[in-house]
Amino acid sequence: MDYLNYFLFGIYPYIVLAIFVVGSIFRFVYMPLDWKSSSSELLEKNQLRVANNLFHIGILALFLGHLGGLLTPHFIFGLFGLTDKTHQIIEIYAGSVSGIICIVGVFLLIIRRFFNDYIYYTSTTMDFVVLLWILLTVAAGLMSVPYSYLLDKDGQWLVKFANYAQSIVLFKANASSYLNGMPFIYKFHIFMGLTLFLLLPFSRLVHVFSGFSIVFSYPKRAMQIVRRYSTY
Amino acid sequence: MRVKAQLSMVLNLDKCIGCHTCSVTCKNVWTKREGLEYAWFNNVETKPGIGYPKDWENQSKYKGGWKLENNELKLNLGSKTSILLNIFANPNLPKLKDYYEPFEFDYEYLKLSNEEYFPSLKPISAITKKEIEIEWGPNWEDDLGGEFENRSKDYNFENLQKEIYSEFENTFMMYLPRLCNHCLNPACVASCPSAAIYKRDEDGIVLIDQNKCRGWRMCVSACPYKKIYFNYKTGKSEKCILCYPRLEVGKPTVCSESCVGKIRYIGVLLYDQDKIEQIAKTQNKQDLYEAQLSVFLDPFYENVIKQARKDGIPENFIEAAQNSPVYKMVVEWKIAFGLHVEFRTLPMNFYIPPLSPIVNKTELFQSDEVFGNIEDLSLPVDYLANLLCASNRKPIVSALKKLMALRGFFRKKNVEGIIDEDVLKQVGLSINQAQDMYRYLAIAKYEDRYVIPTLHSEFHQDNFKKQGTVGFLRNDFGG
Repeated sequence: MDYLNYFLFGIYPYIVLAIFVVGSIFRFVYMPLDWKSSSSELLEKNQLRVANNLFHIGILALFLGHLGGLLTPHFIFGLFGLTDKTHQIIEIYAGSVSGIICIVGVFLLIIRRFFNDYIYYTSTTMDFVVLLWILLTVAAGLMSVPYSYLLDKDGQWLVKFANYAQSIVLFKANASSYLNGMPFIYKFHIFMGLTLFLLLPFSRLVHVFSGFSIVFSYPKRAMQIVRRYSTY
Repeated sequence: MRVKAQLSMVLNLDKCIGCHTCSVTCKNVWTKREGLEYAWFNNVETKPGIGYPKDWENQSKYKGGWKLENNELKLNLGSKTSILLNIFANPNLPKLKDYYEPFEFDYEYLKLSNEEYFPSLKPISAITKKEIEIEWGPNWEDDLGGEFENRSKDYNFENLQKEIYSEFENTFMMYLPRLCNHCLNPACVASCPSAAIYKRDEDGIVLIDQNKCRGWRMCVSACPYKKIYFNYKTGKSEKCILCYPRLEVGKPTVCSESCVGKIRYIGVLLYDQDKIEQIAKTQNKQDLYEAQLSVFLDPFYENVIKQARKDGIPENFIEAAQNSPVYKMVVEWKIAFGLHVEFRTLPMNFYIPPLSPIVNKTELFQSDEVFGNIEDLSLPVDYLANLLCASNRKPIVSALKKLMALRGFFRKKNVEGIIDEDVLKQVGLSINQAQDMYRYLAIAKYEDRYVIPTLHSEFHQDNFKKQGTVGFLRNDFGG
């Protein structure tokens, strides 16, 4: 059990990261025709409008929340006078709200994908896998909230998770030991979340990169673009 | 002044017989693929009608094109921020049903059917492969198919008493072949968050870089002509490419090449790039036609030629511009107009308005009068003005009169043997011009219709290095 723990949370994250980075770069460079958001809005619009907005707002909030909450060094919270307990409470509320928004969205998207003929017949296997995977990940995340609320009295678990994430990112040894003795649901959530990064280069999820990049590139570019023959 | 060259097209609606040959050849060459079954880069509509996709001219619905706000040119779609906010679900995107659901037929049923009666072909959806009821198609309104009530929703009926035209005696129609206009101020380019769409410098063709397109689908709604199609299979947008592989080697597009009525003309127009923004900002939409004319440069004018050479326009493009049929029709004779200039994209395909039968004036044919009253044409001038000139009647009337005078002049010449210069003078044409117009519009020889300079790829790339890197692989031929 210890070894499994060590492998899944000490070694596996690096396997995921390696495949995530190399796979994404490979796909971007060698398969640019395949790099897309795979929108199905043309085929079905009304359900998508509600479901997709909910899902994206939710998951963006969750992603940014996890990024800030886990990777910000601990002393910075101290500078703002934020105790671990208050930090934890903020995370619990913000996480639950965006988690619920996201899971409603992803649930509606799954219904739409399975029960709308146009969408069903134009879907790839990966489209189904990704949606179901996100559903399970977010569900696990939401289910872990009561654990934090009831069992983690002083917010020390949150600190542990942050330390774990930072150790992984900084290549520190024994990162997985931070997760010793944690309830199963957290570990499941972490595993599922990590694997999402593994799936990314092999699915439509690559559009996440483009999505973040256009937020910065589109507003500052000129309205009209002219290209010469030699440049393509 | 910055001189640019554009390959542009004129469509002589007077000669269009609505046979859809252009559409079908285009379909066979470019869009006969999974994901684009519903797309027609070129389609022919019968007007009045709501068109394909349904109601495409109605920009309060689709938010295509540009608008003028406090003297600033803005996309109808909204600011860049609102475009980015709509990226998850674009409320202005047409639905597949607005085009039509692509269908094929279940031929096997003919063989396997055990019914006693004679089996008939069942239409099945090209997407779900399930049986469907065909409710709409790309040429559903062909030759005024359907009820007047439906086609009276046509946007061009604005300011017209359309009830009159529901009566059989007053019915009118015309054909309108439509393709990408390769605009000077394209809204699709401006709306693309990935910067995948661009206007080609050499010949002004607007293209989508398939390697950069991410399928954000903003171009589909930004194009006021709805001539960008989302490929639901590849997840990327595609559009008319003006058959650039053919144009590059001096051949006309397949829609032009196959045109039965010889209605299409392709030629070079030189224009001043520096003026475009200012012209797209013309305050009054009725002045947009005149404004757009002012952007085109006279290819015989010495300063223009000098500047063109300086700006890197190849010699064969300048020569083609001087022989361009498009320049003659659009700028010299002023008989061709851009479709819906009020969208402010400065479209670069031009349409010669059709003459139509004269109603309720049978005595006209007995009299000497050539023109009659322009109001007696069965096709209301206001309708044409709404379609082609942002409801500015004057240029349309003048063009129609020129076309009528031309007919009158040649009728008299050929039937009665009289050279009647007065007819031409009334519309400001000389005999030489009339001869020219006759040559281009009536005779319309292949080499007059298509004056296409070849693209000098050797100026832009090292052809020696590219040897063997383009074109088909040997295996494609089964070798």
